[in-house]
Amino acid sequence: MALVLNEEQSMLRDSARGLISDKAPVSHLRQLRDAKDATGFSRELWKAFAEMGFSGLLVPENFGGSGLGCVEAGIVMEEIGRTLMPSPFLSTAVLAASALSRGGSDAQKSQYLPKISDGSLLAALAIDEGAKHRPLQTRLQAVRSGNGFRLSGDKAFVVDGHVADLLIVAARSAGKAGEREGLTLFLVDPKTKGIATERTAMVDSHNAARIVFDNVEVNADGVLGEVDQGHGLLDGVLNIGRGAVASEMVGLSEEVFGRTVTYLKERKQFGKLIGEFQALQHRAAQLYIEIEITRAAVLKALQTLDGDFANAAAAVAVAKARAGATATQAVQEGVQMHGGMGMTDQFDIGFFMKRARVCQELFGDANFHADQLARMKSY
Amino acid sequence: MSDLEKFRRETRAWLEANCPPEMRRPMTSEADTFWGGRNAKFSSEPQRVWFERMRDKGWTVPHWPTEYGGGGLDAEQTKIVRQEMAAIGARQPLVSFGISMLGPALLKYGTDAQKKEHLPKITAGLIRWCQGYSEPNAGSDLASLQTRAESDGDDYVINGQKIWTSYANYADWIFCLVRTDPTAKKHDGISFILFDMTSKGVSTKPILLISGYSPFCETFFDNVRVPKSHVVGTVNRGWDVAKYLLQHERAMISGMGERGVGRPLGQVATDSVGSDEQGRLEDAMLRGQIATFEIDEAALAAAAERAVDLAKAGQAHPAFSSAMKYYGTELNKRRHEILMSAGGVDALEWESERSRGGARPRAWLRTKANSIEGGTSEVMLGIVAKRILDLPGA
Repeated sequence: MALVLNEEQSMLRDSARGLISDKAPVSHLRQLRDAKDATGFSRELWKAFAEMGFSGLLVPENFGGSGLGCVEAGIVMEEIGRTLMPSPFLSTAVLAASALSRGGSDAQKSQYLPKISDGSLLAALAIDEGAKHRPLQTRLQAVRSGNGFRLSGDKAFVVDGHVADLLIVAARSAGKAGEREGLTLFLVDPKTKGIATERTAMVDSHNAARIVFDNVEVNADGVLGEVDQGHGLLDGVLNIGRGAVASEMVGLSEEVFGRTVTYLKERKQFGKLIGEFQALQHRAAQLYIEIEITRAAVLKALQTLDGDFANAAAAVAVAKARAGATATQAVQEGVQMHGGMGMTDQFDIGFFMKRARVCQELFGDANFHADQLARMKSY
Repeated sequence: MSDLEKFRRETRAWLEANCPPEMRRPMTSEADTFWGGRNAKFSSEPQRVWFERMRDKGWTVPHWPTEYGGGGLDAEQTKIVRQEMAAIGARQPLVSFGISMLGPALLKYGTDAQKKEHLPKITAGLIRWCQGYSEPNAGSDLASLQTRAESDGDDYVINGQKIWTSYANYADWIFCLVRTDPTAKKHDGISFILFDMTSKGVSTKPILLISGYSPFCETFFDNVRVPKSHVVGTVNRGWDVAKYLLQHERAMISGMGERGVGRPLGQVATDSVGSDEQGRLEDAMLRGQIATFEIDEAALAAAAERAVDLAKAGQAHPAFSSAMKYYGTELNKRRHEILMSAGGVDALEWESERSRGGARPRAWLRTKANSIEGGTSEVMLGIVAKRILDLPGA
C-alpha cells in the first residue's frame, strides 16, 4: 500500500477539515473553557459529526456504520488536532467502537454499535489507575458473585467518563498486578449503584474523570470478550487509540508549526524579519523535518493496523513515541518563537501546548513506548 | 491474486533460489561492497555469482529501461524488489555512483547517444564513475568552482583541481562540473561534462582521513582535452544537471544508515554489555538511547518509503531530499556513536585480527563525514528553510 492518502481518504480529510475549522476553531474550546461548560463539548456538533458519518467510521456496516479503518479514523483525529476541538470522537467512535466490534457478542454489538454510529450513545474506556499509563498494573478487582461479578477500585484519566452512557472497564478477575493473564473487560452502566464519578478539570480543558467503583454489580452478560483473557482485546483497542492520538498530535504539531512559520515571516526585530535569522531558520527546518518523518511513521502505523493488525504493535509504538516527542518540540518551539506573546492566555498557542502534554500521557508517553519497543525486540 | 501479488511471489521465489546465503549476511567491511569497473575484482565467489545473476535479470537497477540493461520495472514493482531483498537481508549486488548519481541525470538530460554509450556499462558494472564537484576553497559554496574548460575546436581544454573526489583513484570515468563561461554570473557559466580518467593530464592523490582510510582524493586536470559532445545538457546550464543529480545523491546518502543495518542495535549491545535477569540490557541509559534511536530509524524508513510514494503520486517537493539527507546522516552518526558506546573498550581496537582491522572505530569515524559530504547539514537546513518553508532570504 502506498504511504499516501488515496482519493476517498483525501475527500474525507477535506470534509472533516471543512466542518471542524468552520464550526470548532480554537475559539470554540476557549468559549467552553471560559464558560466552565458542564459537558465540555458541543452535543450539537457531535450530532453534526454523526450526520457526516464520522461517529460510525469504525462501526461495521451491518451495525449501521461505514466500516472504514484506522487510517480514516486517523484522518479525522488529525483534523481534530488542528483546532483542538473537544469531542467524544476518541472515546466513543474510536475506542468504544473498536472494543465492541472486536470483542463484543452479537447481542452486545446490536445493542450498542448502532447507537454509537447514530451519535446517541457516548462511551468511555476506563483503564488507568496510577499516575502513568500501565495497563498491566490494573488492580481494580472483579470478584465473582452470583452469575456475575462485583467491581471495586479506582480509575483515573477516564476520557469523557463524566458524560458516558456506557463504561468499558478493565478489571483484574485473576492473578496480580503486572500479569497479562487475569484481565477482564466489563461493560458497565455508569448509573449502577456504587459508582461515583468526579469530573477532573484538566490543564487542556478537555474532559476526563476519576471514577470510584464500590462493590458494583455486573451481570455475566456485561463481560466483553473472555473472562481472564481480556489483555489481548484491550491491547488491540489501546493500539488503535494510540494510533488515533498520534494522529491528533500530528495535526496539532502541524498547526502550531504553520502558525509559527507565518509569524517568522511577519514579525520584525532588529530591523529584519525574524525569519531571516539563520538560528531560527535552522530550527524551523529541523522541526519541519521531524514533523514530516513523524507523519510518515503515523500513517505507517495506521495502515499496519488496517492491514496486519496482529503485527502492528511495533509500528504503533514507533508512531506514538515519535508523535509525542514531535508535538512536544513543536509546541515548545511555537511558544519560544512567538516570544512573550506565546506565553499569554489571549493567544491560542498555549492551548496547543497544554493539549500536547495531555496527548503525550494518553495511552503511554514516549518513554513507555520506547520501553515497549525494546521489550518486543528482546533487549 | 492481483498482478502485484503474483509479482511479489515470483520475486520472492527467484531471490530465494538465486541469492547465495553468504550474500544475505550483513556486510562487515568495505570489501563486501562490489563497485564494478574496468579493474573490478570480486572479493568472493558468492559475490560474483550474486552480481552476475542480478545483472542478467536487469536488477542491478530494476527501474531503468531494459534497453539500458535495467529491469524495466515500474515504481510499485521496484518497491517490491527492494522489500523482498530487505526481507532476506540481501546485499546490493552493485554499488555505484553511476547508478545512484550519474544515471538519473543522464536519463533526464543526456542525448540518446550518451544514454546508449554509458547506461548499459553502468548496469553491467563495467565502468566505475567518480564525481568532480568540490574544489579547494569552494566547499559548501559549490557554485564558486574555478576549474576552467576553454573551447578549442571540437574539444574543451580543462585545467583546475577538484577535491574530496570519492574513489577517484579507482574510477574509470568522471562526471565533472567545469566553468565554461568565466564572465557569466556564478551559476550561469557552469557545464556538466564526462571524461575518461585515463585521459592525458588527469592525476589523483588520495587524502588520508581520520579513519585511516583514503576514500577521497585530490584530482588534478592539466590541459585535459575532452570532446564537446561529452557535455550533458546545455552548455553553461550545467547547474541544472548538477542540482538534479544532487537530489539523487542526497537521497542515496540519507539511505546509508539502512545499508549498514545488520543485527538490530539492541542485539549488538546485548552481546557486549549483557542483560539483567529480566532480559533487559544491563545498561538502562544505553537501552533507552537505543530504543529511541530505533524509533527514529523506523520512522525514517517510513518517511523514505513515503517519499517514493509521494514522488509517484506527483506530490513530492523537489527539495525534500535535503530533508532526508539531513535526518539520515545525523541518524547514522547517532547509530555509530551508540555502536561505539555498546562496544566499549573492544570498539577502540584499531589494528588486530579480532577487530577486523578496527572496522568499528573506522566506520564510526567515517560517518562524521556524512553530515558534510553532498552538502552539509547546515546547507540542507538552509535549503529546507528557503525552498520548502519559504522563509525570507538573508
